[in-house]
Amino acid sequence: MNGNPIVEGFIEAIRLIVSLDPQVVEITIRSLYVSLTATFFAALIALPLGALIYFYEFRGKHAVVSTLQTLYALPTVIVGLVMFLLLSNIGPFGFLRLLYTPGGMIVTQTVLIIPLLMGLTVSALSGIDRDKRYTITALGASRLQTIVTIIVESRFAVMSSVLLGFGRAISEVGTVMIIGGNIRGATRVLTTAIALNTSMANYSVSIALGIILLAVALGVNIALSLVQRR
Amino acid sequence: MKMNVAILSAGTIAILFILALLAGCTGTAPGENVTPNVTTTAPAAGANVLKIATTTSLENTGLLAELERVYERETGMDLQFIAQGTGQALDTARRGDVDLVLVHAPALEKEFEDEGYGIDPRCIAYNYFIIVGPEDDPAKIRNMSAVEAFRTIAIAGMNNTPGVAFVSRGDNSGTHAQEKALWKEAGYNYTTEILDSGAWYVDAGKGMGDTLILADEKKAYTLSDEGTYLSFANRLALVPIISESTELMNRYSAIAVNPAKYPNTNARGAADFINWLISDEGKQLIGDFGKVEFGKPLFVPLYAPECTGPPFNCTCAEPVPTPA
Repeated sequence: MNGNPIVEGFIEAIRLIVSLDPQVVEITIRSLYVSLTATFFAALIALPLGALIYFYEFRGKHAVVSTLQTLYALPTVIVGLVMFLLLSNIGPFGFLRLLYTPGGMIVTQTVLIIPLLMGLTVSALSGIDRDKRYTITALGASRLQTIVTIIVESRFAVMSSVLLGFGRAISEVGTVMIIGGNIRGATRVLTTAIALNTSMANYSVSIALGIILLAVALGVNIALSLVQRR
Repeated sequence: MKMNVAILSAGTIAILFILALLAGCTGTAPGENVTPNVTTTAPAAGANVLKIATTTSLENTGLLAELERVYERETGMDLQFIAQGTGQALDTARRGDVDLVLVHAPALEKEFEDEGYGIDPRCIAYNYFIIVGPEDDPAKIRNMSAVEAFRTIAIAGMNNTPGVAFVSRGDNSGTHAQEKALWKEAGYNYTTEILDSGAWYVDAGKGMGDTLILADEKKAYTLSDEGTYLSFANRLALVPIISESTELMNRYSAIAVNPAKYPNTNARGAADFINWLISDEGKQLIGDFGKVEFGKPLFVPLYAPECTGPPFNCTCAEPVPTPA
């Protein structure tokens, strides 16, 4: 490693990506698999719950929404720690044997982004114009028809919240390191691989994986702006 | 309808409260959804997966990748290494989250076995810890014994001698345990006299590779296992200052997790892997590792009867019984 390690690392990184280095490809696919699955399950749970919160009036609704918004910033290592204690063999869910498996990582990321998706769903639904809502009712829509119309109207905002949730899941390193254990060929994902390769001074692999992670983030962003332009 | 709404709202609030309590219990809901999905894509806890908690020094040298490649090809067993410090690796095993450990801290290992969590310990190989530091050796410790060197570094550091600093792993790893033992032999109480005794003592809290890189950046001394140092040497300006002193012997062992404590561990796989490690084939592989790349082997395999006497005092040849 003589010469400029950044430049050399960058050149090597491009080579790794262009030549579809099997290690890089495998880690990227696993990263996408874990975070996409987690986002899917989180959306399955969080979107209906978010809609419930929005459409039904109940005492403490404001507190619930504030709590959700606070949990947007839930530190990943804390989620990792709590889920680790729950999933460890001596913990209450140890019998599932999910610690140090991709399944455990999916469950944990699901938990991590549920508050974000719920809160953003509530905001997305609230974003529908009040006038529009009155119009819908004035046109003689039933309660169910009103709900369906509002959901349809807010679908792009809800989609962008799902994309944001995915962005948070794929870019975080705290839970996947603790729950996954960064096992080569089993639970190593983009972020943990970058941490490991940096600690081993394999900067080129780190840079290559970093470029891929940035590309994924960029892709999410482009998708977001496309959705919002609609 | 009104009743329905009330029940739904109550349910939602209940779920949210649970969520607010750090989202603990909702984990079970996706968990049940996810489990069947996962067992099809990756065998999570089957008889053909062996989970091994191990030291960062073994992982960073690349030895584990080599062992994994050969063993998986021969047996079809999926070896999964989780690299942690020795202290953390032993704790992971105490909770039954792995099937065996590969570690290097005899005192901690003995505790682990005495508590009944570890069975069938076999020493596999050894090398030496080395004290590495900047070429110009600001504390003038060259040619000293390891204990003298530590004492000299501490005195120089506490007197704020320019350029003298020591980077510690600080992660309760095997290397950290060895470092603490050396401070003790040098006459210091680690917690009260070394930790927080000044800017000269840097507590990294990182794996071996990170610590070497940090020491290199700071032009500081550090204690490293020889294997990791050699595999990083071409990226470091640090040089070995003291090596091959008997006080610095570094012994690696494999210990299986006691299936009597955790019946759901892969005890059979653990026994088979330990027996393979102590077989002639396993030892040859370990002894040859690094010869081509670094010009010398990174690890010296242990053979009987040498291993039963001092300074090793361990079992390295008798196969471990295979559970039915």
